[in-house]
Amino acid sequence: MSIMFGRNLAPDRERLRTRDNMAYNTGRTVLRNLDNSVALTLRQVYKSFGGPLVIEDLSFQVGHKEVFAILGPSGCGKTTTLRLIAGFERPDSGEILLGGQAVASPSRWLPPEKRGVGIVFQDYALFPHLSVEQNVAFGLRSFPATQRDKIVRIMLDMVGMGQYAQRYPHELSGGQQQRVALARSLAPCPVVLLLDEPFSNLDADMRTQMRQEVQRILKEAETTAILVTHDQEEAFILADRVALLNAGQLEQVGTPEEIYHHPATRFVAGFVGEADFLDGRTTGGTVETEVGRFPYQGPLAPDTSVSIMLRPDDVDLAPDPQGEAVIAQRHFRGSENLYAIRLSSGKVLHSSQPSTVILPLGQPVRVQAAPAHVVAFPQDPNLTQDALPTPS
Amino acid sequence: MEAVRLALAITRRDRGARPPRPPTLILAPAVLVAAAMLLPIAYLVVRTAGAGEDAIHLLLRGRTLQVLANTALLALTVTAATSVLGVALAWLTVRTDLPLRRLWSVLLVLPLVVPSYVGGFVLVAAFGPRGMLQQVLAPLGVERLPDIYGFPGAMVALTLFSYPYVLLSVRGALAGMDPSPEEAARSLGCDLRSTLLRVVLPQLRPAIAAGALLVALYTLSDFGAVSLLQFESFTYQIYIQYQGSFDRTLAALFALVLVCLTVAVLYAEGRARGRAKYYRSTVGSIRPLPIVPLGRWRWPALASCGLTVMAALALPIFVLAFWLVQGMTAGQPLQLVWGPALNSAYASSVATVVIVAAAIPVAILAVRYQSPLSALVERTTYIGFALPGIVVALALVFFGVRYATPLYQTLAMLIFAYVVRFLPQAVGAARASLLQVSPRMEEAARSLGSSVPGTMARITIPLLRRGLLAGAGLVFLTVMKELPATLILSPIGFETLATSIWSTTGEGLFARAAVPALLLILVSFIPMAFMAMDDQSGQ
Repeated sequence: MSIMFGRNLAPDRERLRTRDNMAYNTGRTVLRNLDNSVALTLRQVYKSFGGPLVIEDLSFQVGHKEVFAILGPSGCGKTTTLRLIAGFERPDSGEILLGGQAVASPSRWLPPEKRGVGIVFQDYALFPHLSVEQNVAFGLRSFPATQRDKIVRIMLDMVGMGQYAQRYPHELSGGQQQRVALARSLAPCPVVLLLDEPFSNLDADMRTQMRQEVQRILKEAETTAILVTHDQEEAFILADRVALLNAGQLEQVGTPEEIYHHPATRFVAGFVGEADFLDGRTTGGTVETEVGRFPYQGPLAPDTSVSIMLRPDDVDLAPDPQGEAVIAQRHFRGSENLYAIRLSSGKVLHSSQPSTVILPLGQPVRVQAAPAHVVAFPQDPNLTQDALPTPS
Repeated sequence: MEAVRLALAITRRDRGARPPRPPTLILAPAVLVAAAMLLPIAYLVVRTAGAGEDAIHLLLRGRTLQVLANTALLALTVTAATSVLGVALAWLTVRTDLPLRRLWSVLLVLPLVVPSYVGGFVLVAAFGPRGMLQQVLAPLGVERLPDIYGFPGAMVALTLFSYPYVLLSVRGALAGMDPSPEEAARSLGCDLRSTLLRVVLPQLRPAIAAGALLVALYTLSDFGAVSLLQFESFTYQIYIQYQGSFDRTLAALFALVLVCLTVAVLYAEGRARGRAKYYRSTVGSIRPLPIVPLGRWRWPALASCGLTVMAALALPIFVLAFWLVQGMTAGQPLQLVWGPALNSAYASSVATVVIVAAAIPVAILAVRYQSPLSALVERTTYIGFALPGIVVALALVFFGVRYATPLYQTLAMLIFAYVVRFLPQAVGAARASLLQVSPRMEEAARSLGSSVPGTMARITIPLLRRGLLAGAGLVFLTVMKELPATLILSPIGFETLATSIWSTTGEGLFARAAVPALLLILVSFIPMAFMAMDDQSGQ
C-alpha cells in the first residue's frame, strides 16, 4: 500500500518512516496516491475575476517528485494558477486533482486546509508573533509534542536554521526567512509544495545562493514542487519541466532544453532567451532566407512563408568590405559582446561575440547563420503587432 | 462543440464575478451588530411618528423653534470662536519663533482631557453663586456676581475645552505644508500679512473645516456643560422633558430634530472632505518650513498662549485643588469616591470588551470580504457618530419601557447604549490594524491545515492585538467619561464618577465633585500624554 505522504526526509530517513506508517493524520483528508506517477492534474480549468478570463482552458499534469516550473510574463495568470491549486481561489469550471483525488471540480470542493498543499509566498508570510520554531510547528498540531519537536528540529536542520529556532522573523535576513518558510511548509509533508516567485525578494548575491539551497532542499525532501516565476534562468536551473503561460493560456510544456531549442510558438521563442525572427520561405527540405539556406525537417509544407528563429549564438559575423550588412550597435556585457547587425533589407539581427572582438559601428560585415536546428513558424500577419522581447 | 465551450466559459465568467463569500461565523455577528445599531434611531422615528399630528404641532411651536435657535446659536458661536483660537495658536506654535514653542504645543492640547461637565463644574464652582470667587469677594461686601448661567457660560466652557480639535487639525496641515507657494507670494510682492491671508489661510481651509465640524458635533451632542450651566439647548431640554413631563413625545421630537442637525453637520463635513483633496499639496515638503520672527509681537503672542492655558488648564486644576482642600479640611471622607470609581471602571471594562468583540467581525467583513453588503454593514456601525448620547439613551428608555421591561434599568441596557455610541471608535481601530495584516499570513495558515476559525484565533486576532489594545484603551476612557446615557440608563443607585460629578455639582456640593473630577482628568491624561509625545516626535 502506498501512502501519499510516504516520502522521506534524508537526515532522519528511518525514524521518519515510522511516522508514515503510524496513523498519519494531520486532521486533513489523507490523500492516497492512486496513480503513483501523477501528483497533480489540472483539467480544462477556467478562472476569471469578473472581468476577462485570467485562466483559460488550462490543463497539465505534474509527476510525483517532479519539480515543475510555471513560467510567464507578469499578469499571465501564473500566480492565479498557484492559488487555484492551493485552494485560495475556486475555478469557474474544470477540475483540479491532487494525488488522483478531485479537490476542485463541479461536484467537489476541498478548502485549503484539507488539501495538504504547502505554499511558500513571495513575501514568505512568516507569522511575526511566533518564533522560528513555532512557525515551523504551526502545521503540526495533530502530532504529539515530542514528535512535533523532533520534526521541527529535523526540518530546521535541513534548511540550515537549527541555531535560529528561538529567533523571531523580524530578526532574520531575507534568505533566512525564506529557509524558515520552506521548513514551515515542508514540515507537514505536503502532497505538493508551491513556491510563488521564491527569489524575487532577494538581492542578486543571495538569489544565486538560495537557488542552490532550494535545489538541494527540494531534492533532499523528495517533494513534488511547483514553482512560479517570470525568470527563465530560475525555471531552467530548478525545474525538471517547464510550462509556459501567456495571457492565461498554456503555450508549451516541456523540459528546459525542449523549451529553449524547440519553442512551440513564437511567443515561447521570444520569451525564453534572446531571439530574432527572420522571414523566409520553405522549399523541399530547406528554408530560404536573407542570410542563407538552412536544412528544414519541420512539419510546414513547402512554399510556406515562415519566420525562423535565430539565437544570437547561432549568428556569426566576419568583417568584410564587400559585406552587405553593417554593425549598428554594440552592447558590451562583460563576458561577451552583443552586436546588432543591420542587414541590407533593414532587418536587424543580433550576434554574440567574444568580449575581445571589438568592431567599429558602421563596419561592413558578412553574416553567417548556423542554427543547430531550424525552428520555423508560419508567418501570420496577426502576429506582427506582437512586440516580442529582442535583445537590447 | 467549440461554441458550447465558449458559451460555458462566458457564463462561468459571470459567475466568477462573485466576491469570496464571507464565512457565516463572521457575517452573522457583523450583520447582527449592524442591525442592533439601527435599533435606537429606528424606534425613535416610530415613537415620534406614533404621535401623528401632535408631533407637527409641537414641532412648529414657538418653544421648539426657540430651542432650535439656541442650539444653532451655540454651535455657530463655539465653532467660530474655536476656529479663530485654534488657527491662531496653531500658527504661533508651528510657524513662528514663539519662545517655549515646544512646551506650548503640549500644554495647549491638554484641555482636551477635561470632560465638558467637569468644565461646567469648574465654571460654576469658580464663578457661580457660593463659588470660589464669591467666597473671596464676600468679605468685601459683594453679594452678587454677574450671572454665568445660560449662554455665556455654556459658550465659554465649550470653547475652552474643544478648541484643541481645531488646533490639532490645523497644526497637522501647517506642518505638512509646502513652503514654495508662500515664497512665490513673497517674490510676487506680498508682505507677510497678505501672504498669510491670501496664500496660507486658503490652503488651511480643509483642515479648519475638519476641526470646526468636530467642534460643531461636540457642541450639538454636549449634555454636561449645557445642563450644568442651564442653557436651553436640545440636549438639556430633552433631559428636562424626559424628567419632568408625563408625555415624552416632545422629548422624542427634540431628539429627532437634534439628530437631523448632526446629520446635516456630518453631511457638510463629507462635502468639505471631498474638497480637501483639491487643496492638499501633493508632495510633502522636505525643506524645513520658514519660521516667522515675531519681533515685538512676541509679547501679545505669549500672552494669548498663556491666557488660554491659564483658562483651559490651570483654572480647572486650581479650582479642583481648591475644592479638594476645602472638602478635606471640612473632614469630608475620601472614601466617598471609591464606589463610583469602581462602578465606572466596571461598566467601562465590560463595555470595552463588548464593543471590541462587536467591532472585530465588522472590521474583518469590511476589510477582507469587500462587497456592497459589507460596506453597508460597516457604514451602519458608524451611526453612533451622528447620535448624541442623550438621544441614544432616550430611545433605549422608550424601547425598554415598551418592549424590554426586564432589561430596563439594568447594566445590560447601559452597555448597549455605550456600544451604539462608541462602536465606531473600535471599528476604526480594528480596521486600521487589520489593514496592516497581510492576507498572505492567513492563507499560509490555511495551507498548513488551519480552519477558518482556527486561523482567526491563531493568526488574525494575535496580530491585531496591539492595534485592538490601543483602540480598547481609548474606548475605555471615552466610556468612562460618558455622562448623559449613564445618567439616564444606569440601574438605580449605580453611581459612576461622571454621574456623581454631575449630580453633586447640580446640588452645589462642589467639594464632593472635586475628587472624582480630578480622578477622571488624571486617568484621561495618560493617552493624551502619549499622543502629545507622538505628535512632538512626528514634527
